[in-house]
Formats: sequence, C-alpha cells, structure tokens
Amino acid sequence: MAKLTLLLISAALVNNVVLSRFLGLCPFLGVSKKTETSVGMGAAVIFVITLSSMAASLIYAHILVPLKLEYLQTIVFILVIAALVQFVEMVLKKNMPSLYEALGVYLPLITTNCAVLGVALDNVAKEHSFLQSLVYGIGTAGGFALAIVLLSGVREKIESNDIPHTVSGMPIVLITAGLMAIAFTGFSGLI
Amino acid sequence: MSKSFERFYNGVIKENPTFVLMLGMCPTLAVTTSVSNAIGMGLSTTAVLMFSNLIISAMRNIIPDRVRIPAFIVIVASLVTVVQLLMQGYTPEIYKSLGIYIPLIVVNCIILGRAESYASKNSPIPSFFDGLGMGIGFTLALSCIGFVRELLGGGTILKGVLPIDKYPNGIVAIPEAYRISIFVLAPGAFFVLALLSALQNYFKAPSATNTSKSSESGCGSCSACSGNTNVKEEIKEEIKNSGEDK
Repeated sequence: MAKLTLLLISAALVNNVVLSRFLGLCPFLGVSKKTETSVGMGAAVIFVITLSSMAASLIYAHILVPLKLEYLQTIVFILVIAALVQFVEMVLKKNMPSLYEALGVYLPLITTNCAVLGVALDNVAKEHSFLQSLVYGIGTAGGFALAIVLLSGVREKIESNDIPHTVSGMPIVLITAGLMAIAFTGFSGLI
Repeated sequence: MSKSFERFYNGVIKENPTFVLMLGMCPTLAVTTSVSNAIGMGLSTTAVLMFSNLIISAMRNIIPDRVRIPAFIVIVASLVTVVQLLMQGYTPEIYKSLGIYIPLIVVNCIILGRAESYASKNSPIPSFFDGLGMGIGFTLALSCIGFVRELLGGGTILKGVLPIDKYPNGIVAIPEAYRISIFVLAPGAFFVLALLSALQNYFKAPSATNTSKSSESGCGSCSACSGNTNVKEEIKEEIKNSGEDK
C-alpha cells in the first residue's frame, strides 16, 4: 500500500507529466484558456488514461507476451487507445448523456494526446503489474489535470493585465509554464 | 525536379514545422537538452516522415476516405516500429537517451498533419520531398534549440557530435561555475521556447502564434497539435460517422 501511494505521488507531482516530462503539451497549452474547459479536458484525460492504462497492461501481459509479439507494442497500443476512445464516446452517448455533454468535445482530441500512449509505454518499460499500472495511470492523469487547471487559473488573470506586446500571446504562457515547472521541482524532496 | 526542390525549401524555411507552424511541441521541448539528442530525434522523425508520406501518397487511391485516419496511424506506427528496432540495433546510445520519445513519434502531429494535408492529395515523389523538407526543417529547429540549451546549461558545444577521440566532451565553452543548469532541466525548455516565440513576435515573423489577435494564439498551437483544426474536425467527424454506421 505504501509503495502504491508513493507511486501515485511521484507520478502526479514529482514527475509531473506535463511540466517535467513534456507529454501532452498541446492540450496543456491549447485548452487552458478558461478554467471551465480545462476542467473538462482534465476530467476527460483522467477517464481515458485510467481505462487505457488498464487495457494496455492487460493486453501486453496476456496477449503480446505469450505470443512473443512485444515489438508490436506501439502499433497495438495506439490502436487500442483509438478504439477505446471511440468506444467510451459511444457508451457515454448512450448511457450517460450528461457526462457525454460535458466531455464530448474533448474525447476525440485525446487520441492524439501523447500522454495517453506515453503512460501505456511507460508501464511496460517500468515492468509495472496490473495494479501498479492502474495507480500510475491515475497519478499521471491527475498530475495533468492539476497542471492544466492551475495554468488556466493563471491565464485568466493574465488576460486582464497589461503585457508588453512582444511577449503577449504564446510567450507569456510559456514563461508561466516555465515558472510552474520550477515550482513543481520543489516536490522532488517529497520522496 | 523543380517541384521537389520547392517542396524541400517550403519545408525547411517557409513552413518550418517548429518555428512557423508550431507543430510537434512535445518532442521539441523534451529532447533538446543537447545537439546530439536533437539530431537523433530529428533524423528519426525525418525517416518516418519521408516514408510515411511516400507510402500514404502511393496508397491514397486505395484507402477509403472514411477510414483514412486509422489507416494513416497504422502506417506511421509500423514505420516507427521499424525505426525503433533499427536504432536499438545500430545506435544504442541515442536510443537509450531518447527512450520513450521514439515510440511517441507516432503521435507527433507533424507526421499526421503532413499525411492529411499534403500526401493524401499529391503524387508520391513530391510527397517524399515534402516529408524530407519538413523533416530537415524539424531537425534544424531542434538543433538550434538544443545548441542554446546545451551551451547555457551544460557549457559545452556539440558534445557527442564532434569526433569522440578528439573532443570527448565537445568544446567546453563555459567553465562549470558559470553554467546555468536550469536550461538543461525542464523549466529551461519552456523559457527558451518562450524567448524564441517572443523574438518572432518582435520581428513580426510569420508564425502560428502571432496572428493579429494575440489572445487567440494559444489555440493556434492546440489546433496545430494534430496538424490543423481541419484535421481535428475531420477526425471528429470520422469517429462520429463510423459510430453511426454501427
């Protein structure tokens, strides 16, 4: 249990997926203009990464390893993720229309989010068990959601400030992200 | 021939994927801690890009329109696996230092973006050179960022690129006490890119991020991620259509 908690904290805070490993940077910079949308994106990512890390871990351990097809992992994982995202969208649409409304727009975009594939590949590279993969997925996705919500909060404040023309737009967002990355390095003392 | 050259020039200068189109930001920030890493990443992406463009363009009349995105992804993923195995065999050191970012070339938006916006509409030879140009442009851009970060953060120039027996540590330009090590760490990547993008703003160079309205620019890079807004919309429609089929 203690080990799993440590894994969760290290995935969410110490090795934050966006701020220290640069995975999923595109939605991080693109969908963080308003807190509302960033919360939606964060929730959708948590949902998909949790499911896909479980699915990928099961498929790797029970299909690819017995058949000695480990080298096909990249192809298999990307297809699994794409299919899963589509499946989740269909199920949500049918059974939970309110959640579908909330996440709908963001779900298809997640297929191209490299954090999802990154987590699946990481789990294999680090030889995580099924339970560890699940915890690692939740931690990573939680870290992503935390970072994107924090950034969107800062960006909403920045909007109303007077920024020199040269750094307005993308540069100021990148500088903000850099400062957040410095702040997150402070967590490295946690474990 | 002239058309091929025009595609090449377009990829390297006019529509440089990193500086102008702002595509593929994840590898740009993650692997540019040194020039040797940047070149390794750039060249492997170039190889995938050239052949994915070539194959997709050659098969563009066979692949049904509805399933083209999944088909593209499978082609790209197969090529990435080939490149990954080759690198593991022949350049184990670079393979080790790039780690997880090699399989992640699959989700690099430059590749799917070019497949969708160029290769699926043009004949194989220009598509091949389009991939080559884009790849070389990407490599050059990564090397520039890598050069700055390596110099300021590590104090060396071209470590691992110059012959190892003569310069085991590259050219040491800055003594250890004066290095700003944050530049090789994660925050430094954001700062270098912020600086580059600010310079572009200042000189009004064409870029995805400095359209007249700065407040919209954030989404420029978002949509840039999977090629362009159209690609995303199309993917979305694609998924909807196939969902309705069933």
